[in-house]
Amino acid sequence: MEAVIIGVGLHPFGRFPGKSAIDMGAEAVRLALADAGVTWPQVQGGYVGSLEVSNPDAIVDRLGLTGIPLRGVFNGCATAGTAVSLAARAIETGEHDLTIAIGMDKHPRGAFAADPSVAGLPDWYAQTGMMLTTHFFGMKINRYMHDHGITERTLARVAAKNFRNASGNEKAWRRQALTEEEILASPVLNYPLRQFMYCGPDEGAAAVVLCRADQAHKYTSTPVRVRASVLRSRRLGAFEVQSLAVPTVENAPSPTVDASLAAYEAAGIGPEDVQIAQLQDTDAGSEIIHMAENGLCKDGEQERLIAEGATEPGGRLPVNTDGGLIGNGEPIGASGLRQIHEVVHQLRGTAGARQVPGSPRVGYTHLYGMPGVSAVTILST
Amino acid sequence: MTNTKTIPVAEDLFTWPSDDPRLIGSQCADCGLVAFPAADLCARCGSGKTDRRTLANEGTLWTFTTQGFRPPTPPYNGNDTAETFQPYTVGYVELADGLLVEARLTEPDPEALTIGQRMRMVVLPYSVADDGTQILTFAFAPAGAVAEEA
Ligand SMILES: [Zn+2]
Repeated sequence: MEAVIIGVGLHPFGRFPGKSAIDMGAEAVRLALADAGVTWPQVQGGYVGSLEVSNPDAIVDRLGLTGIPLRGVFNGCATAGTAVSLAARAIETGEHDLTIAIGMDKHPRGAFAADPSVAGLPDWYAQTGMMLTTHFFGMKINRYMHDHGITERTLARVAAKNFRNASGNEKAWRRQALTEEEILASPVLNYPLRQFMYCGPDEGAAAVVLCRADQAHKYTSTPVRVRASVLRSRRLGAFEVQSLAVPTVENAPSPTVDASLAAYEAAGIGPEDVQIAQLQDTDAGSEIIHMAENGLCKDGEQERLIAEGATEPGGRLPVNTDGGLIGNGEPIGASGLRQIHEVVHQLRGTAGARQVPGSPRVGYTHLYGMPGVSAVTILST
Repeated sequence: MTNTKTIPVAEDLFTWPSDDPRLIGSQCADCGLVAFPAADLCARCGSGKTDRRTLANEGTLWTFTTQGFRPPTPPYNGNDTAETFQPYTVGYVELADGLLVEARLTEPDPEALTIGQRMRMVVLPYSVADDGTQILTFAFAPAGAVAEEA
């Protein structure tokens, strides 16, 4: 039995001194339950993801001690992909009729602190100043620009778009629009990426309620179908974050490509059918690369497409209409559920001032992160 | 009295002391895959039979980026401070052994680096321990610059 989304809830992303991640998570859950028109005792099972909360399932204390299985999940930046995928799977397999996916996090300021042994990496890699994930993003887009003729201006256009989109989103973190010139004047952090081309770690929570497709009519007239939800890890030969070395005798694409192809196959939907997309924009370069890796354009076409405004809210393929990670920051456990929250509203036609024209029927969400893992979800009306 | 002792940041990482230092990798005895750092288990076929092998000391620059601020300590243990920190570069160098190796680069200016240029492996101090011992790591330098200094 297919799973459909009947409710979404989002706690704003940003900085909330004195408020715990679990409290933010509980608010997001209450919003999602209200959106679905159900109460917590109706939820039969769920999955909850967080980096900073070691016992995310402790959230039941804020929701109701009903005894349901609420399983903790973690896959780095792809955590929310795992949560929603398993919540959908529990319905598809018949285990449950109504499930929930929850994500929440509250990160300290600055780059994610790094203990090499926790990531399975040697101490010297960190001691010598090489274990910074941002190096990977600078190096991947540097090579991509060299190979495919992408210019620095295009990086600035992507960042400006996402800040602009965030400025119209009352739940986004960085709501001040920035011009391309302001972005290009910010300091280089990891050549060729500049300060205002990056997302930052912050705080926030989101939740998604799902049920059996044949019961959706009890709750909503606008269910959103989960057509595919796929997770893939890196293969040998892929150029991946925090790889000390990469064999060149093996060729493998990013796990994004693997996850994307598997998701299209499972959904019976092609990239040409996608009408709105939320792509992991850890930085402006990542959004550009991920357009091609998700099959939404060919390598190098981004230069023209972005200049033409194709990924703007009124363009042929709007990307990161709520501001993406650049505009919202990244509370790791919640980030992908924020993407689904946005796509669900766009497909329902309830995105308010952010609503894209043309009544989109197929939406796409994508996550990517350490240690070379990607999650793709395809949703449709 | 100045301490002139040097110590590599890790054992089994590069040959040292040496006039011709090389990175120490490994090669799978069953499928031939070359790995760096040296691995006891092959990432391709899962074999536990691997042999140490030194890698080429020259290659081409595949990509690079900069580090513009001092990384957090720990884990970074350079003996610089936020005030004395000098921006540096890192990159991947393609070696004929069949792999890209990530390394610090000696040229700090990204505008002076070009994808595809020849690079040569060097060993250099990146930090100093409390007793004055210099801590060494490996890096890659533009091949021309090494020749000029020699
Ligand atoms: Zn092998």
